[in-house]
Amino acid sequence: MRRLKVFKSLVIDSVDAITQGSKKYHIWMAFLTFMMLMGMYCYSIQLDQGLSATGMTDRVSWGLYISNFTFLVGVAAAAVMLVMPTYVLKDIDFKQAVLIGEGLAVAALIMCLAFVIADMGGPSVLWHMIPGIGVFNFPNSMLTWDVLVLNGYLFLNITIPFYILFRHYQGKESKASVYVPGAILSVFWAVGIHLVTAFLYQGLQARPFWNNALLGPRFLASAFAAGPALIILVLAIIRTYTAFKIDDKTIKKIAMVVTVAAQINLIMLISELFKEFYAPTHHSESAYYLFFGLHGKTALLPWIWTAIPLNVLATVLLTFHKLRNNFRVLFFSCFILFVAIWIEKGFGLIVPGFIPGPYGKIAEYTPTGIEIGVTLGIWAMGAFVFTILAKTAIGIELGKLRYKK
Amino acid sequence: MSSDNKKWFSLNLNRKKKESSGTCGCGKTSGGCGSYSEHPQMTDEEFAEAAINASIGEERTKDGFDQVFDVKMDRRSAFKKLTASLLIGAGAVSTSCSVISGDESKEKAQIDWEEQFKGNYKLMDDDEKKGTVERLMRSYELRTGKNISMSSKNAEDDVLFGYAFNISKCQGYMDCVNACVEENNQDRNSQMQYIRIHEMKDGKGFNFNEADDNYYHEVPAEGHFYMGTQCFHCDNPPCVEVCPVQATWREDDGLVVVDYDWCVGCRYCMAACPYDGRRFNWSKPEVPETEINKNQHYLGNRMRKKGVVEKCTFCVQRSRAGKNPACVEACPTGARIFGNLLDPNSTIRWVLENKKVFRLKEDLGTEPKFWYFMD
Repeated sequence: MRRLKVFKSLVIDSVDAITQGSKKYHIWMAFLTFMMLMGMYCYSIQLDQGLSATGMTDRVSWGLYISNFTFLVGVAAAAVMLVMPTYVLKDIDFKQAVLIGEGLAVAALIMCLAFVIADMGGPSVLWHMIPGIGVFNFPNSMLTWDVLVLNGYLFLNITIPFYILFRHYQGKESKASVYVPGAILSVFWAVGIHLVTAFLYQGLQARPFWNNALLGPRFLASAFAAGPALIILVLAIIRTYTAFKIDDKTIKKIAMVVTVAAQINLIMLISELFKEFYAPTHHSESAYYLFFGLHGKTALLPWIWTAIPLNVLATVLLTFHKLRNNFRVLFFSCFILFVAIWIEKGFGLIVPGFIPGPYGKIAEYTPTGIEIGVTLGIWAMGAFVFTILAKTAIGIELGKLRYKK
Repeated sequence: MSSDNKKWFSLNLNRKKKESSGTCGCGKTSGGCGSYSEHPQMTDEEFAEAAINASIGEERTKDGFDQVFDVKMDRRSAFKKLTASLLIGAGAVSTSCSVISGDESKEKAQIDWEEQFKGNYKLMDDDEKKGTVERLMRSYELRTGKNISMSSKNAEDDVLFGYAFNISKCQGYMDCVNACVEENNQDRNSQMQYIRIHEMKDGKGFNFNEADDNYYHEVPAEGHFYMGTQCFHCDNPPCVEVCPVQATWREDDGLVVVDYDWCVGCRYCMAACPYDGRRFNWSKPEVPETEINKNQHYLGNRMRKKGVVEKCTFCVQRSRAGKNPACVEACPTGARIFGNLLDPNSTIRWVLENKKVFRLKEDLGTEPKFWYFMD
């Protein structure tokens, strides 16, 4: 009963906190709200017309939505790179950042689920997928695995920070014996969500571009580069605009994680390119399409040739200690690395899987305005969710939000 | 359709349907047989009594509460119904309690409700299958005033359908494609086609990369040969494995089918199919009323809705009725051969035993039941 009372007070206090802020904060939130509304409008058009409102066709049956979904699973999984050192290895340098990382994971997972729902042809019959009520094709379908691990990970990433913040809100210390088991579980779970998402594609013998054993490990490497890169950028913004103190040491340590992951990612990229182009087979055609175009169809060329140089440049910059320890260079590298991996692991991965088609047909894919609108709306929703979570968490951590008895 | 006079406003909560005595003693539903004439003609009153019995039966002795709650139901379906009522109960109540709306719109609302929250066809027993098929037929009648016939015929024992394609004979006339579209009520707007005919150059072998599956010129074109592809009804279908809700499955007679009402439209099966065998309804499929094939099967050519996957079913509405699929019948050159693989005297068996047959992408382990051969 007392807990409920505290919870009620927490909700009231956090609503208070998130509705008040500087002018810049209000402009930011208004902008996100506007983007979300626009996304909803676009989605309503898509609901009305069907998925023909998007650029997808029978030949390329997954597009921007699934691309973003795939990428964001990686961002969500990246929280583990902060959770593990903090809770399991007891590295206090990460302590300040970990709540932000988990908030980011929650926002990313919500975006993932939104992208999957946006991609569904029949959102009104989604209850067919609920275990118990519908028919859940477990364990045969990797998509059901994905539903389980994503929702499980979402649960873990909501409950652990919530417990810690809830204790802090009452001015108490959180008990390690309560949250550490969950934290250890979430470490394995994070690897799980991204491997399972990779298996979703990797298991399809119909698509040679995806059907390779490196896909899963490469997913992990790129995720642990892009995710922490985003966390660094977010921490940089937070420490500029709020009183929340994040040490340089913390950012430098996360930068180290980004660097190693980016290097491994690059090695795997080279391995992939070698396999596709040294002795090209019939199965290398998708890679040819992606990097050089096929029969004059070159829609993805500008994208991938933006991504690869950015990826290499960022990795090189991060590799040198002098450059990495210069925060301007670091933030720049993180930004271009994030963009590069978004391209590479988004539609650079999904779209070529369908091109050429099973019988060699090359039909290109270009997203429509509606599709882009919905995508932007979902990204805005993610940012909105994250802002709310971060503002409350920071308020509690700074001691501004406290339970008054 | 059977001569079942069931009305449609009952909730049908897992209630076993009472066998109506509409059929003749010999088992036929139409035509004359010796036994019928012996029955005396019914008077009007008797007929009304019988009709009421057939339609509401035991419900006459129960009050409204009993009708709804005194039914056998397992926990699973009870939960399902509860969720159902929670979700759209309000809408349905407002329609069915409305004094303004007529019986028909109430019936329509009732059917829509039951259709929205029915289960997966694969897991239905025969009565439930019949129930949904009857609802769909009645719904079509209420909406358009026209009747369709829809079958829920199950796979027969000792039947496994297979298909063979004679590459030497095919001239690329595409009559099969047109027959397929008409037979299977495919969306005319998006020009959806299950069959693709690939025009290949002589001397290049089976080079799909240089083939054209979208030609608009006179055939047979000089220096070309033709090869058709469609769903191969694999014995080990990857599309079935990946479906998160088991909306697609392999029937006992080997047909790979889709429950259009259970499909959630995630299109994972399209990504998993190595043969380009599946199509998606990107917008609401439209077929002009005059062109609708009204001889339908639940798993086959019944009308689809937007946002669901569909595919070739070897014309389940025809093949299970002992006929050839529309493409086989329409082919002017005899390039297409269809039959029961378990029947040693079938043409398909003769082809498999006497021709050098091959299948596409055998290395993937999908075991297609679609063979190619040459004279």
